[in-house]
Amino acid sequence: MTLRAERVSRSTGGRLILDGVELTPRAGAMTGLLGPNGSGKSTLLRLLAGVLAPTAGVVTLDGRPLDRMGRRDVARRVAVVEQQTDTQVELTVRDVVRLGRIPHRRAWTPASAADEEAVTDALEHTGLTGRADRLWHTLSGGERQRVQIARAPAQQPRELLLDEPTNHLDIQHQLDVLALVAALPVTSVVALHDLNLAASYCDHLVVLAKGRVVARGEPAEVLTADLVAKVYRVDAEITPAGPAGRPHVRFLGTLPG
Amino acid sequence: MTSASRAAPASVSGPRASRRAPLVWTAAGIVALCASVAVAVTIGPADIGVADVWSVIAAHLGAGTTAGEVTPIRDGIVWDLRLPRTLLAAVCGAGLAVCGAVLQSLLRNPLADPFVLGVSSGASTGAVLVVVLGVGGGALSVSGGAFIGAVCSFALVMLLSHSLGGTTDRVVLAGVAAMQLFSALTSFVVMTAADAETTRGVLFWLLGSLGGAGWSDVWAGTAVLVLVLAVCLGHARTLDAFAFGQDAAASLGVHVARTRLVLLCATALLTAALVASAGAIGFVGLVLPHAVRALTGPGHARLLPVCALAGAVFLVWVDTLARTVLAPQEVPVGVVTSLIGVPAFVLVLYRTRRAR
Repeated sequence: MTLRAERVSRSTGGRLILDGVELTPRAGAMTGLLGPNGSGKSTLLRLLAGVLAPTAGVVTLDGRPLDRMGRRDVARRVAVVEQQTDTQVELTVRDVVRLGRIPHRRAWTPASAADEEAVTDALEHTGLTGRADRLWHTLSGGERQRVQIARAPAQQPRELLLDEPTNHLDIQHQLDVLALVAALPVTSVVALHDLNLAASYCDHLVVLAKGRVVARGEPAEVLTADLVAKVYRVDAEITPAGPAGRPHVRFLGTLPG
Repeated sequence: MTSASRAAPASVSGPRASRRAPLVWTAAGIVALCASVAVAVTIGPADIGVADVWSVIAAHLGAGTTAGEVTPIRDGIVWDLRLPRTLLAAVCGAGLAVCGAVLQSLLRNPLADPFVLGVSSGASTGAVLVVVLGVGGGALSVSGGAFIGAVCSFALVMLLSHSLGGTTDRVVLAGVAAMQLFSALTSFVVMTAADAETTRGVLFWLLGSLGGAGWSDVWAGTAVLVLVLAVCLGHARTLDAFAFGQDAAASLGVHVARTRLVLLCATALLTAALVASAGAIGFVGLVLPHAVRALTGPGHARLLPVCALAGAVFLVWVDTLARTVLAPQEVPVGVVTSLIGVPAFVLVLYRTRRAR
């Protein structure tokens, strides 16, 4: 059992953003969330994180509805990496990773040895030990995203949600970030725009369009020329030329309509 | 206070190393505060020797006697004027600095200060209504009027920001709106109804002054300070979580709406209590948190206690300066905080710019 969205809907200002979506990420695997802008990917992730409540349906964690669990209990299980974050505060890399320990700490008590150990391990695991005392503001976009992802193992979650973590990164950092996530021993759900990155790194894909799931399954089953035409209005040629025979999408042009 | 027994990593060196010694800063702050109060009460225009000051205080604390040594007038100057004033300066400095630090983190705005929620403007309107128009018919003191005005203004800000959507930037905008409204009301009442003498008195109060400090102000201020400081320290870890915004805080397990309400109410209560007894002393709450952050780093468990101590020491000395520099004439302490604070602020900004 893990995180599960059961027929969740969400509307804002009378507009239906998600319409009865089912999602059960496979434990330990990486699930890619695809779909055009405004298809409801970010909203679904926010529902899964418990930051937003569904207007209908329920999100459960090990069978328990999220809204009946304490916020701290949820945060000990589910970590979130947002697409682009910034802060006014002068934090070092280690300070940012330390934020991941907040759900595990109690008020009035300083960080324990276990907290510091988890932080050190997370830095080690993400190759950031040498940069632990650098200031967040002095890092490049790619390094910042790496630090945000390093916060996740410090939080010791079993589920990790990422909203377009590769946005605005150069190609090396895009590959780097996804490889890092794939190597973490967690169940992850990651919203992505790049179909080829999704095909190469995700074990399972879910495609949203206008708030509904229109396809789900292994990358090779889901990514078809038909689907790309229907969902994105783009003409594409799909070959098994990706890594390990995974699908590779070559875009040919937009379609009318 | 903050028994942060961190295992300092061996790799830490240079200016960042000072971040790892919170106990040193806290201990140094406590010593500096006690010394500052002890020295500041001996300074003043009335020619009273240091030994006399101390024997008066010792006598009132029940150790020793002043009989035949110090006249009742001098005894009164020390015990009823200087000591409460110095202590109130410490309480105000501590409270304003802590409120500023909390609001800057909570609202994610480096320009936030304790008055961003309209508390000081509401207080000034309340005070002016009592002083100039005689609202309350003598039953209401200036402090009482100021406190009620501050609470009304804060309630208006919370209502406004809630109906506008309750997000962080709405709180700040609602605060700005309330500030403008109550400042206009204050000016209107002063300009249309007050004579020159009253205007001068009101202006003095608006700029912040510890001149009217009495023991009741000290006790009330201390009680609220201790309560609010405890609430804020209990939320230290939660405040850290706001570094990357409220969604990030929520995903770290923070009840954002509840935390915001508790901390906004706590800081507004403390600010209202302080403004009611000392007027709107500016700049302490804006600048000191930035300066202290440069020493302690951004962690609130370390930042808040050091902020309180630094604010207390700072205001004790600034008020001593304010009452002695042009003696017997007094300069409003708010004027001096700004005159000293602005260059200090520029220096802090310059240093952080170089660090980037």
